[in-house]
Amino acid sequence: MKWYITKRLLMLIPVLLGTSIIAFSLIHLAPGDPARIMAGEHASQQVISAITQKYGLHKPLYIQYGIWLNCVLHGDMGRSIISNEYVIKEIFDRFPNTFELTFFSMVLAIIIGTFAGIISASKQYSTLDYTFMGLALFGVSMPVFWLGIMLMMIFGVYLRWLPISGRIDILIPFQRITGFYLLDSIITGNFAALISVLRYLILPSIALATIPMATIARVSRSSMLEVLRQDFIRTERAKGLSERVVIYKHAVRNAMIPVITVIGLNFGLLLAGAILTETVFSWPGIGKYVVNAVRMRDYPAVQGCILFFAFMFVIVNLITDIIYVYIDPRIHYK
Amino acid sequence: MSILTQEFIINKMERKRETRTGELIRRFKYNKSAVFGLVVVLILILCAILANYIAPNNPTPSPPELSNSLKPGFWSKDGIKGMPLGTDMLGRCVLSRILYGARVSLRVGFVAVGIALLLGITLGVIAGYYGGWVDAVIMRIVDIMFAFPALLLAIVIVAVIGQGLSKAMIALGIVYTPQMARIIRSSVLYIKEMEYIEVQKAIGSSNRRVILRHVLPNSIAPVIVYGTLMLATAILDCAALGFLGLGAQPPTPEWGAMLSKSYSYIVSGAWWAATFPGIAILLSVLGLNLLGDGLRDILDPRLKT
Repeated sequence: MKWYITKRLLMLIPVLLGTSIIAFSLIHLAPGDPARIMAGEHASQQVISAITQKYGLHKPLYIQYGIWLNCVLHGDMGRSIISNEYVIKEIFDRFPNTFELTFFSMVLAIIIGTFAGIISASKQYSTLDYTFMGLALFGVSMPVFWLGIMLMMIFGVYLRWLPISGRIDILIPFQRITGFYLLDSIITGNFAALISVLRYLILPSIALATIPMATIARVSRSSMLEVLRQDFIRTERAKGLSERVVIYKHAVRNAMIPVITVIGLNFGLLLAGAILTETVFSWPGIGKYVVNAVRMRDYPAVQGCILFFAFMFVIVNLITDIIYVYIDPRIHYK
Repeated sequence: MSILTQEFIINKMERKRETRTGELIRRFKYNKSAVFGLVVVLILILCAILANYIAPNNPTPSPPELSNSLKPGFWSKDGIKGMPLGTDMLGRCVLSRILYGARVSLRVGFVAVGIALLLGITLGVIAGYYGGWVDAVIMRIVDIMFAFPALLLAIVIVAVIGQGLSKAMIALGIVYTPQMARIIRSSVLYIKEMEYIEVQKAIGSSNRRVILRHVLPNSIAPVIVYGTLMLATAILDCAALGFLGLGAQPPTPEWGAMLSKSYSYIVSGAWWAATFPGIAILLSVLGLNLLGDGLRDILDPRLKT
């Protein structure tokens, strides 16, 4: 087990290195002088020569890459052209927002998705099954941003039940400690803030959760159906176990392995969806940040976001792989 | 062998081929959702081809008729005659823009998938057929590209090559290449072990001939299936890029861009301009997904999940 995790960790190195090469080449592939690109169009000659000096832009490419990588590994991803803040700081400021949104959506998607799948499978060809699977079919084809707009329109504009953009009601006093709004409001015991944060979280997370929810529902249904056809299920039914015990205690546990794969794979989609959802709901996260950075040609910020997203994605894949081993002891890794 | 016998054999083979196609069509007809998908896709294609003839109005009138701005459609008495789905903030006919948008979406989809097929098949065949270090290098690059969510990678490429519709097509094409390469590679790995390939090698066929005449034709099924599914993704991602303002630029009637320009007006009650383009995206993607799933079920049951 330890060996397996070490091996998986070592396998991350080439992928992360490759990612860093992509991020590094961004500035050199973009049209124009790299120093000017990093400094911004309106930078003074002084700033440009300082950047040329710092990143060794007059040296060969591989040395430039080395210098740049060294900076990145020390947490220096340069400064944003727009705000002149350190990119790493801007990313860390926004990370809690993106994390809360994606985490909440994933939880929503996993709970509702697996349950819908399990129910559909245990009542195959029933009206409920057809309804769930019909909805799931729409779910996988759904443009996230459009769904967000529709939710906003129905629940925010017409029914006025929920707020449509932002993170918290600005009139509620709120103390920032960790930057995680949910966590902070719990730590400070600020009940009003907690309610407000949750209300602002509902619509974006439903929008973001839809696609993974639909995929999870479809996969858990087919996986359950496969398990339910196996001999040990027949044996259990034959020895008189109640249907509930058969399904929830024995079948579900065996059906979850493909579901976990799908959850891991869906994380990438979730990050992509977060880019769109955050833009629709003006959610101050990294997704919105990267889109703005691309629009404004803020290349250092784009670089930082690429590294960040790739890192997140790789870590989640690693966690998924490790979870397999715990869930299914039959899987042996050499 | 007499000429007659040869004729007989050829005839028999052709009949066999026909029945196989016939059988596929029969199996397709039984798959109701696939037929529905096909119908939706055909309607989409017809809309794209016939947009000039069936669109009631000019999708990009210039100068815009601002007096017609955000008028509702057929459901309201305030609507303008001849603009059944209402108008957007610049007084343009939403229905006409959606119909022309089908053209934009399909073009982006076909070009992007075309690029992905061209690059993906080349890389996949080389990696799968030759194996060894070539395979290792190609697949590591593919792995690295997989470390990014597709949309993010497309955004990054757009950041390098610039914004706009044609650049979005290229970006999406590059983004889908690794997927296609992986699919083709695994298909080639499977075919490579077949006896008929061994026979070809034994009788001294060149690698080129084996690949072009035997490996490629036999891996056509996954290409069709995943090409269709990829087209669905391409339409969705193209709309997403348009929505983010990184794809189609105004005044191009692109569905995603239409949404992004009109959704701020829902607060003032103008829901139609943001609703209908989204329905167009949803239906097109749904149709292509159903068609792709159906094709997978009949063409390559091995791929069924």
